[in-house]
Amino acid sequence: MFDVVVIGAGVTGCAIARELSAYDINVCVLERGEDLCSGTSKANSAIVHAGFDAKCGSKKALYNVRGSVMMEKLCKDLDVPYKRNGSLVTCSKDQDRSVLRDLLKQGEENGVEGLRIVEKDELKEIEPNLSDDIECALLAETGAIICPFHLTYALGENAAANGAHFRLNTEVTGVAKEGDHFVIDIKDAPSVETKIVVNAAGVYADDIHNMVSKNKLHIVARKGQYFLLDKTVGNYVTHTVFQLPGKMGKGVLMTPTVHGNILVGPNAEDIEDKEGTNTTLSGMDYLTKTISLSIANPPLKNVITSFAGLRAHEDGEDFVIGEATDAEGFFDAAGIESPGLSSAPAIGEDIAKMVAEKLGASLKTDFVPTRKGILNPAELSFEERNKLIKEKPEYGQIICRCESISEGEILDAIHRPLGARSLDGVKRRTRAGMGRCQSGFCSPKVMEILERELNMDYTAVTKNGGGSQIVYGENKQV
Amino acid sequence: MKEYELVIIGGGPAGLAAAVAAFDAGIKDILILERDHSLGGILNQCIHNGFGLHTFKEELTGPEYAARFTDQVLERGIEYKLNTMVMDISPEKMVCAMNSEDGMFMIPAKAVILAMGCRERSRGALNIPGYRPAGIFSAGTAQRLVNMEGQMPGKRVVILGSGDIGLIMARRMTLEGAKVLVVAELMPYSGGLKRNIVQCLDDFDIPLKLSHTVTDIEGRERVEAVTIAKVGADRRPIPGTEIRYECDTLLLSCGLIPENELSQNIGVELSPVTSGPIVNDGLETNIPGVFACGNVLHVHDLVDYVSEEAAAAGRNAASFIQNGESTESDKIELCPEGGVRYTVPVYLRPGKMNDTVTVRFRVGEVFKNSSIVTYFDDDEVMRRKKQIMAPGEMEQVILKKSDILAKPGMKKITIRVEEG
Amino acid sequence: MDKRNLTCIGCPMGCQLTVTLEDGKVMEVTGNTCKRGETYAIDEVTNPTRIVTSTVKVSGGNEAMVSVKTGSVIPKNKIFECASALKGVEVKAPVKIGDVIVPNVCDTGVDIIATKNVIAIG
Repeated sequence: MFDVVVIGAGVTGCAIARELSAYDINVCVLERGEDLCSGTSKANSAIVHAGFDAKCGSKKALYNVRGSVMMEKLCKDLDVPYKRNGSLVTCSKDQDRSVLRDLLKQGEENGVEGLRIVEKDELKEIEPNLSDDIECALLAETGAIICPFHLTYALGENAAANGAHFRLNTEVTGVAKEGDHFVIDIKDAPSVETKIVVNAAGVYADDIHNMVSKNKLHIVARKGQYFLLDKTVGNYVTHTVFQLPGKMGKGVLMTPTVHGNILVGPNAEDIEDKEGTNTTLSGMDYLTKTISLSIANPPLKNVITSFAGLRAHEDGEDFVIGEATDAEGFFDAAGIESPGLSSAPAIGEDIAKMVAEKLGASLKTDFVPTRKGILNPAELSFEERNKLIKEKPEYGQIICRCESISEGEILDAIHRPLGARSLDGVKRRTRAGMGRCQSGFCSPKVMEILERELNMDYTAVTKNGGGSQIVYGENKQV
Repeated sequence: MKEYELVIIGGGPAGLAAAVAAFDAGIKDILILERDHSLGGILNQCIHNGFGLHTFKEELTGPEYAARFTDQVLERGIEYKLNTMVMDISPEKMVCAMNSEDGMFMIPAKAVILAMGCRERSRGALNIPGYRPAGIFSAGTAQRLVNMEGQMPGKRVVILGSGDIGLIMARRMTLEGAKVLVVAELMPYSGGLKRNIVQCLDDFDIPLKLSHTVTDIEGRERVEAVTIAKVGADRRPIPGTEIRYECDTLLLSCGLIPENELSQNIGVELSPVTSGPIVNDGLETNIPGVFACGNVLHVHDLVDYVSEEAAAAGRNAASFIQNGESTESDKIELCPEGGVRYTVPVYLRPGKMNDTVTVRFRVGEVFKNSSIVTYFDDDEVMRRKKQIMAPGEMEQVILKKSDILAKPGMKKITIRVEEG
Repeated sequence: MDKRNLTCIGCPMGCQLTVTLEDGKVMEVTGNTCKRGETYAIDEVTNPTRIVTSTVKVSGGNEAMVSVKTGSVIPKNKIFECASALKGVEVKAPVKIGDVIVPNVCDTGVDIIATKNVIAIG
């Protein structure tokens, strides 16, 4: 019997697991995917919101502002790329600037620091590629960008290093209270027993919640589509540039990423299918049309990929955080849509506290709060890099030419705790295959490395687990 | 690290031909840097025949064609390093490269030839909507899997794009036991050679649908179906014309893009049309002593022309090393007009140019019964009738130095397609 | 009287050729715009041939596969037979360009030969 089972190894589940692993309890994370960071956490805007968007008094506002404050140190502790680049909410000459003032006021009431309204002249200085129609903007100095993959992996690895168990390819099919504990049914595997359940199941968090509670949740998958642009235009904007929310919706943003690309998106579209991560022509057309409202000549010919993510939108419009009122020992972290990534550290902290209190658990004395990420040779000096290659020659062999990723980094990604098992797993951890050729050149090589290192058959190598195999077998044999 | 007179970035057909020509022009101190585990580049995976008719007057496969040049490099004892990635090149021609044996190292060079080749346009760059399952490959990646690894990436295949690699892979996958359902081409004409359409598609009853594109990809884990639709004159899908194919694989053969990220680091100016460097008659970029040839300069139709162009780059680099930087400032601009999309080179140095210079270009659409007309300023000087010209094939005009010198003060040379 | 439609491969024109046959003999070729078209059409209907290229496995070499081809053209209708004859064929490194991999493939009188040098390792 576990003390706590966390359902879902997205950024929220991993943040909770990491905080729980600071306590003297037995924690297990169950993840349906073949890897951490397989759902909403892998496809979002990759930004840390300052915290002015959410209504005063909402959980979103509370956790966003706290999470945003915690994030920088957390990223330092866990060796996660983070950059405080500041954000701008732009207002064009046709828009109502009172909305901007309202946002400023809301932000200040939420406790966000470093907010001010910037006029056109200064805007042109700090962000020259804004559309000429932009008259002013709300600048949030604490707005930041982050790598959501690295944050999720870092939290997960750190939790694992502190004793949390992770079970991947483990889909929960039922949760039931039996006496003083819960029994969790797993697809194609024996059930798991636990004293406490934490529900961090993303777009499926309502299904999990409704298994034990009469106070039903309803989550709709809100699809957001994105374009990722080549690094050659990585400096097109330096701030995260939002559009003013208005009659036409929230608009789309353009932001640099911590890895030097540009991201454009998302649109918002409520869909029935919780697996509906397909992009659509109309969605991409919408991005193309809408981004030019705030950005002059958006360089969309440099798109290297497009993708869609699903945000878990709960009918109550707010995060659902805490113990279910009619199911003691069942804790929700549900309805975690934007600003979920920004809020994850604070949600993790609070849920862990609530759970520990329930269990009467105390903090460990040997909790290790830090973790080293995959070594990035590009950050080494010439001499350091040569020393590294001398010791480990695989760091001299570039596998992904677009992102300059060496075999050494890929081996590290595979062999670290909760390591990569698929092409996407390698890609999200190292960026091999994430560049402009989109893995055209390196995928056969990465497959060979996975085959060799994990002692698996070439045909068993997958894109992202399950039936996503890459090749079917030898020539003439299929 | 040791200094080299000439460093060549890339050991594919362009790099090899450039090395041989530079060596034969008197430069013995040459280093070829190749990122793969053997010389020959992409030709090693192009196992089909049809290479070398111009160069060797016989029909070779890709690996055989590559071996001819590799042998010439080996015979001359030209140095090369395999599994070596060039990380950066400075405007002072300091080449920073890396491999697992030597680590990271710097090589000062007197001249550099860029011969990095090109990459395929990916699904993302094509903005194809749908899911992102396994089973979507660029044709070249599928070619590598089948021909180098001996592994089949699909059983039921739809191909988007009728470029030659796509056509070749249609046949290749068929012969290895896959079923190729259809080849869809966005344009109203194929960019591939007629011979490949006949021998790779018609021979196997594979339909080619012109003016069609992919409008949806289904499948969460592996591709399950692909929908194609007819496109209008604006190249946008026409609703109601969709056809859905149940399949497990989508191959993309939708164009090649010169790989000029390194070139950009040096400060080499690129043409927005070719995505390759802007070069003079010596195939030299705006950075003195940095030359470019092959598919990194502009995407070629036949490797024979790559070899020819690369040999010129090799000779010119040799001459640069031997004679030093050109000081001449006179420039004649080459202006593509009326159906000519671009020219390589982009300008001529009348005093410095070789006795003849081959100007290569492509046309933007299919032209029948037209002429390629060359003007020196406003005077027509050459007119060559062509029964057919198509965007898939390179065209050329050969300019003579004597003709150009006979017209001092000339500002521009215009090349255009004219009717009749 | 039998009519066959072909696309000429001589140049990008891709002329649509119509060949009229009587008792297997070519009576007329139409649709061509040059002499090459006629020659191609006659060859293609009377004795269509192709070079076949493929790969076979190689052990002990610096490559997993070695590319091969028919040493000269074979009848078009033997393409698939020829491809399946290579099923299961495996050679040992080293391999030199021109090495015979399968002699007299499918009784065509044509050998399958290597088109790549593979160096023996280990």
